[in-house]
Amino acid sequence: MAKDTRSIDELYAAARGGERRALGRLLTMVERGGPNADAVSELAHADAGNAHIVGITGSPGAGKSTLVGELVADLVEAGQQPAVLAVDPSSPLTGGAILGDRIRMEDRNANAFIRSMATRGHSGGLALAVPLAVRLFDACGYNPVIIETVGVGQVEVDVVGAADTAVVVMTPGMGDAVQANKAGLLEVADVFVVNKADRPGANDVRRDLDLMLDLSHMTGQESAHGYRPPIVMASAINGDGNDEVWATVIAHRQHLADTGQQEVRHQHRIRTEVRARLAQALSESAESLMDGDGADQLRRAESAQISPNQATNELLVQLLKDQS
Amino acid sequence: MSDEQQIRVVLAKLGLDGHDRGIKVVARILRDAGMEVIYLGLRQTTDSIVAAAEQEDADAIGLSMHNAGHMTLAPAMVKALAKAELNTPVIVGGIVPDQDVQPLLDDGVAVVLGPGASAEEVAQAVRDAVANAN
Repeated sequence: MAKDTRSIDELYAAARGGERRALGRLLTMVERGGPNADAVSELAHADAGNAHIVGITGSPGAGKSTLVGELVADLVEAGQQPAVLAVDPSSPLTGGAILGDRIRMEDRNANAFIRSMATRGHSGGLALAVPLAVRLFDACGYNPVIIETVGVGQVEVDVVGAADTAVVVMTPGMGDAVQANKAGLLEVADVFVVNKADRPGANDVRRDLDLMLDLSHMTGQESAHGYRPPIVMASAINGDGNDEVWATVIAHRQHLADTGQQEVRHQHRIRTEVRARLAQALSESAESLMDGDGADQLRRAESAQISPNQATNELLVQLLKDQS
Repeated sequence: MSDEQQIRVVLAKLGLDGHDRGIKVVARILRDAGMEVIYLGLRQTTDSIVAAAEQEDADAIGLSMHNAGHMTLAPAMVKALAKAELNTPVIVGGIVPDQDVQPLLDDGVAVVLGPGASAEEVAQAVRDAVANAN
């Protein structure tokens, strides 16, 4: 797009100087991936490392965006400069997306930077783009950086699970404890928020969660260092409990610092990112191998001369030879 | 549609105008045409739309207007974008009398779409406006 002809270095300098348009452009590059995204990553790498990364996830309609909007507004009023990465799903059929998180966050947040991101189709794209976008926000002085995702897919849950502090938002009337138990969200949560706590059934959700956490304790699943995720009751839209949500997030960060877990989280996050990038690179190599030198093995497997297993093994040898 | 061409559109109702049936239809049309729609909804200001356009790196802005405020609000939107040094095209849809169309275009609005526009026409108008802006 020719609407901004500045180089990546110029854009990065402008973004670090507080120019939102430049940061917006860089985020688009990060989202698209490829050489430009890598260049942005290299620049941001040198300046990042200060932000508290908070992941917020939960079912559609749980009130995540409303909660994030209120938290961000309070942070801005307290003189902080938060950034939000709001991830929404793309249509698998058309690749299009309706990104509707901003609509809940437009008030009282002039100093915040809110960016909507679609999951897009390409495999692992989200796993690559989110850490880069977070690093870029971090390098530009935004703190905290809040990632909001719908907790439905493994990648979305992983993205939030790789944060310093993962917040899971639940609501009354969305299923019982058995649902919560199988959702896979329980394992990543550092803080639970029971939102819409002014509605009937909120205390039941709290009780069910407590029971599940008791069970985690019983089966030895409780996280190390005796941390039990607190449950905070809130009604985000009315402003009730939002202070306590944020205080609990900060308390978790303190717990990480006190126990040395912050470094463990960081290592986990870097490992996850490097693994995603390796997987992407190998996947691309595998595709071009199947289109090129490996087409013969593929054809033989297709016509049942060899098994898919044997074709894979032969191609794997070739792939690893090509990589070295 | 590849990522290189992934069009990001900010959709909003500017000012006091509560008729949001049309904008929801347009959001769906553009999504199904493979675009990413950043949906701002009701009661936006030129400032809030400029902020969204900057932060979202929008390729186009769609304004839905049904309160006869278009002659004031649409040019104000164009001016606010220019002031922020953005050349993002502004597309107006909704109820605009025929005699108002040319003055809006003269004031810098990229396209005016009326109630009779088909889904294909809406999507193509956005693509054309984005292509012409670059």
